Formats: sequence, structure tokens, C-alpha cells
Amino acid sequence: MRDYERYIRYRTFPSPWCPGCGDGIVLKAIAMSFSELKIEPDDIVVVSGIGCSGRMPTYFNTNTLHVTHGRALTFATGIKLARPEKTVVVISGDGDALAIGGNHLIHAARRNIGIKMILINNGIYGMTGGQCSPLTPQGFITETTPYGNIEPKFMASELLIACKASFVARETVNRMKPLRDVIKKSFQHKGFSVVEVISNCHINLGRRNKMKDPLTMCRWIAGRTVTQAQYDKLAPEERDHKYPVGILKEDTERLEYSELYHKHIIPGAKEAAQKAGGHNE
Amino acid sequence: MSKRKVLQGNIIAAKAAVAAGCNFFAGYPITPSSEVAQYMSKELPRLGFPFIQMEDEIASLGACIGASLAGRKVLTATSGPGYSLMQEHLGMAEMAEIPLVIINVQRGGPSTGLPTKPAQADMMQARWGSHGDYPAIAVYPAFADEIYSETIRAFNLAEKYWCPVTILMDEIIAKAHEDIEIPDTKDISIYSQKDNVVKDLNIYDREIGEKPPRVDFFKGYPIHVDSLEHDAHGWPTIEPNTVHKMQTLRMQKVYHYLDDIIAFNEYNMDDAEIMIFSFGISARSSLAAVQLAREQGLKVGLFQALTIWPFPKKQLQDRFKRIKKVLTVEMNMGQMMNEVERVSTDDVEKRALLRANGIAFTPQEVLNAVKEFYK
Ligand SMILES: Cc1ncc(C[n+]2csc(CCOP(=O)(O)OP(=O)(O)O)c2C)c(N)n1
Ligand code: SF4
Ligand SMILES: [Mg+2]
Repeated sequence: MRDYERYIRYRTFPSPWCPGCGDGIVLKAIAMSFSELKIEPDDIVVVSGIGCSGRMPTYFNTNTLHVTHGRALTFATGIKLARPEKTVVVISGDGDALAIGGNHLIHAARRNIGIKMILINNGIYGMTGGQCSPLTPQGFITETTPYGNIEPKFMASELLIACKASFVARETVNRMKPLRDVIKKSFQHKGFSVVEVISNCHINLGRRNKMKDPLTMCRWIAGRTVTQAQYDKLAPEERDHKYPVGILKEDTERLEYSELYHKHIIPGAKEAAQKAGGHNE
Repeated sequence: MSKRKVLQGNIIAAKAAVAAGCNFFAGYPITPSSEVAQYMSKELPRLGFPFIQMEDEIASLGACIGASLAGRKVLTATSGPGYSLMQEHLGMAEMAEIPLVIINVQRGGPSTGLPTKPAQADMMQARWGSHGDYPAIAVYPAFADEIYSETIRAFNLAEKYWCPVTILMDEIIAKAHEDIEIPDTKDISIYSQKDNVVKDLNIYDREIGEKPPRVDFFKGYPIHVDSLEHDAHGWPTIEPNTVHKMQTLRMQKVYHYLDDIIAFNEYNMDDAEIMIFSFGISARSSLAAVQLAREQGLKVGLFQALTIWPFPKKQLQDRFKRIKKVLTVEMNMGQMMNEVERVSTDDVEKRALLRANGIAFTPQEVLNAVKEFYK
């Protein structure tokens, strides 16, 4: 048994994922990162909402919590506040994180609470059979945009930077080594971190858009992958079709939310109580 | 030593929560409940515990469930619109069996309704608000000292039956400042599951009717907790026999213990010919009406429900063997009236005094309804 397999709950297999789905790659990259960092499985909790990606926690041999659609970050916030010393990971799909859960995402990032988020962006609602997501590219055919999607997608990582997330990175399922490295790095970061992983859903997005096998879809992703430097040189209309990868933001100065609470709020409250003679009416 | 004080109802509830061992609060401000959150934001950090204002009520209950699973005793407080948003995670807490306490200081509805006016109109939401089947527990204090004792009881019920408990309150008693004797902590009995902890991965492995043990993360054996229907391990399943067993387990952990859960007060019931059924602020007006009626020689009694859900069916049916007239008094359009109807036979004459315009009943109004019934 390889060490990272300690983190995999084989008893719950088989997984519900289609053959060739990118979710399996992300599962392995996360387990390998746990293993490289030697975190005790019981010191980890992996939380997710609903989606194909949301099914992932069931397969980790850590504490795992599978909650309602879009709300994983709220549960993770409670866990992290209750036990700040634990490693709290959230796995989310693009619909989960940016449609129904968009508000929670903004505020978790803003607070800089020490949750490690993996956002699997396959540009579609995979689990429910291929309906349009806020990150489905314009013009694509989905089950709810049978005449083509007229809504523009937006860039998840860039939104998170605007929301003051302190660690933001993007990678793709085509690039296992950089993906692992960046996940590991995000797990070492103290504040709120997010790794957006561009993934393939050949079954529910590819199939309706002339990319029905995983290879074709992964090639399509590869064609859109650029470095930040390359991205910066592109004209605005070209940028819409590209995903800059790598670490997009890393701020190690800012204090994590629980640290700040323990450093500022608790001593402040105790001092105020002392001044008031122990009363709080 | 107990202490005599004049305190606002919301503050009484918050103080009782802390006395019950509450060490986590997540919430979102809403009238008329905000003082609970405000008090907790001051008091919890003083004790070294977390308080957080979340982005909405869905998030608040999510954070409470997370903290509960991480070993904390948790509270949130809200009002109708927020309670509506919380239904999603109230269902999750029922499904995954998560102890927590929600205070719902009701206001006029539906929707944004009457933010600063009292109502008793979330009765059915407290029972059936989330989708699916589950055994809701809700308590309903009427007097200042009951706010304190029912809050303690709500935490104890959540701990004992490992489930969410709602405290329904009226805007009037939550906002009023009243005289109260705060008991000494040594006189408060706090139920604790600390010796009844799950010992392996089979977190839901128990017999029907058995009380659930404590389930926490980070206890040395990594567990799985799911909002999906699950088996004894907590792992997702759709196997019909397992699903049926789990549904029954969750229902029966409450329905096996009705005598422990159902609490009520009775006033002048021994020789009563008319029984008033009421709760919260309407029970206070009703009690005053009973006293007025007795002065006039009318044989009227009051059954004040402290546990609203599960409904005190057996207790009412007992009373109906002798008393054949019941008057339900409530500030809504007839929510509990229907429950009284459901549990009574045709030989019991039923009437109701109902109103949902933001104005509480006066004792005189209740007395008039009683007299009308006497004719
Ligand atoms: C409140 C609620 N609304 C809708 C759904 C149905 N639903 C389940 S998963 C999903 C979308 C999943 O898409 P995404 O988050 O991108 O995950 P993926 O399956 O693509 O990994 C939807 C709409 C639900 N479970 N709950
Ligand atoms: S539907 Fe798409 S996202 Fe879901 S398992 Fe299949 S390929 Fe993966
Ligand atoms: Mg998706």
C-alpha cells in the first residue's frame, strides 16, 4: 500500500463517477497532498455539498461531512471556529460554489477563515444531468440551454481575489504534478485558500458540444490553459477563452480568522468584562 | 445563590443558554430576536468561546451544525423570515441527528410581515417546516421564569435525543423587561451525554427506540456524516429496508419518550367545565381570564402547553374524558385549533379565539369568549 492510500476509504467504492471523469484525479491529488504533509487522518475533515464533485468526501478515510447543495463552506466555518487546529477541507463544484453557494463563498473568502477549498470547475451541472452552470461558456449547448447559452461565464479565481481570499490558484486535471504541488501548498496556507481545478465532464458537457470522449475534452482544456504572463498579454476578447494557471495570489501576512479572534476578540472581551466588574447585562 | 433581576426576555434566554453550557453561537440579526445575538457576541468571547455573525440564516444553521459536530453546544436565534431560511438545515440536523437549539421569536407573517408585532403563527412551521418526515421538538415558554427553565430544558432535550430543538417565543415576552429570579448554577440540572459516546464507525447502529449516543468528529476513528439517507455507518444508501429502519429510528427516538418530552402547566382544571388550551403570551391572558372567571363563579381551567411538539395528544385526550368544552386561544388563524380538533372526538365541543393582527388578546376578551361558550 502506498502511503497516500491511508487516506482513501476503499470500503465505500465503487465511486459514482463516469469512467474518465476528472474528479478521480482530484481525489488522488488531495490524498497525495495529505500524505506528503503527514496529516493524521483523524485531524482532517473534508466537507462538501451536492454534485458529482460533492460525492468525493465519502471516499476519504478522514472525518467527512456531506451536506446540502452549496452550503459546505458554512458547515466548515463552524467546524474551523470550534476546532481551529484541525485541517478543514471543502470540495465544491462550480454550480455548488458559484450559483447556490455564491454568497457563502464571498464571505468565507472575505473573512479569511482557514478553510482549504478545492473548487472543481467543469463548467456544468454534472450530477443532475448537464444543465447550464454560471461557469458554462457562452454559446454552449446544455440541457437547459438547448439553443445555446446566452449568459457569459465569469472567472471564479478572479472573483475570489476581489473578495480578499488570501491564497488563490488555478490548475487543470491535465497537469497532475503542478496540481498536487499547488494543493499541497494551499494546505500549508493558514488563511482561506482556494484551488480552482478546471476539469472535464465529457458526459454532460462534452457530449453535447462535440467532445464526447475524455481525451478530446482534456485537449480542449489544454488549448485554453495559459500562464499568467501569457494571459496578461492577451487582448480582452481573447482572455475570455483562456484560463491562467498557477498561484494567482498568495498573502501570508494576513491573520487567519480564528487567530484574529483569539488574538483580538477574546482578550478584548475579557478586559472589558474586568473593567465592568465581571458583569455583562 | 439565586439572583433577583429585571431582564429582557431575550436576555433571559441567552443567559439560560450560557448556563446550560452553550459555547458556540452563529446567527444573523433579525427583529425581535437580535438581543440574543448581541448578548452572545459580548458574553461568549469573555468565556473564550466563538461567536460569529454569518451572511444569512442558512449559513448560521450550517455553522451551528459544523460546530456541533466538532463537539460544541450550539445556539442560534431568529424570527419568522430567518426561521423559514433555516428549514433547509433544520432538515439536515434531523437527518444527520445533530443536537442544536434554535430560538424563534415569532413576529407577524407571512413573509416580512409585521416585524415589530407579536404573532404565534410559526406553529406548523416548527412541526412541518422542512421537507420529509421527522419528529420535531418545540417548546414554548410563557412567563419570564419559564423562558429560563425552558431554554435549559431545550438544551437538555437536544443533548438527550441528539436532535434539533426549537424554542418558540412571543415578541411580547422576548422584548418585555420582567422581574426574574435567576437560579444558582448549582440548582440547574444539565443533562450530559459525555459518558455515552459512539465508539466506532457505526455511528447510527442502534435499536429502534434506543436513545442515540454522542457522535463527534476527531475522536480517533474518522466518521462520515451525510445529509443523504444513510446506513449504520452514515454512508449513503437507497436500500429500502435500511432506509425504512433509519426513518423509524429517527422517529422513535422521540416518540418512545413522549412522557419525558411533553411538559405542560394546568390551572384550575380539577372541577373545570370549560378548558382553555393555550400557550405563550395567549396563555398569560388566558390565565388572567381564568382568574376573572373564577371570581364570577365560572368553572374554567387552563391547559398551558410548554411542549408544543410533539403535541400533548394523550394529555388532552385524558382531559376530554371529563371536560367536554375546549376553547383554543392563539394569535394565528387557527393552527393549533386544528390539532385540538384532530385529537378530540365529536362529543367535545370546540371553539377558538383567533387573531393575527399584531395585537395580543386581553384577559377581558378571553373572558368574553368563555362566557359566550357558557351560554
Ligand atoms: C437546494 C437544491 N437545489 C438543487 C439541487 C439539485 N442539484 C444537485 S447537484 C446540482 C448541481 C451540481 O453541479 P456542480 O456543483 O457544478 O457539481 P458537479 O456535479 O458538476 O460536480 C444540483 C442543481 C439540490 N440537491 N439541492
Ligand atoms: S457526469 Fe460529468 S462530472 Fe459527473 S461523473 Fe460523469 S463525467 Fe464526471
Ligand atoms: Mg460542475
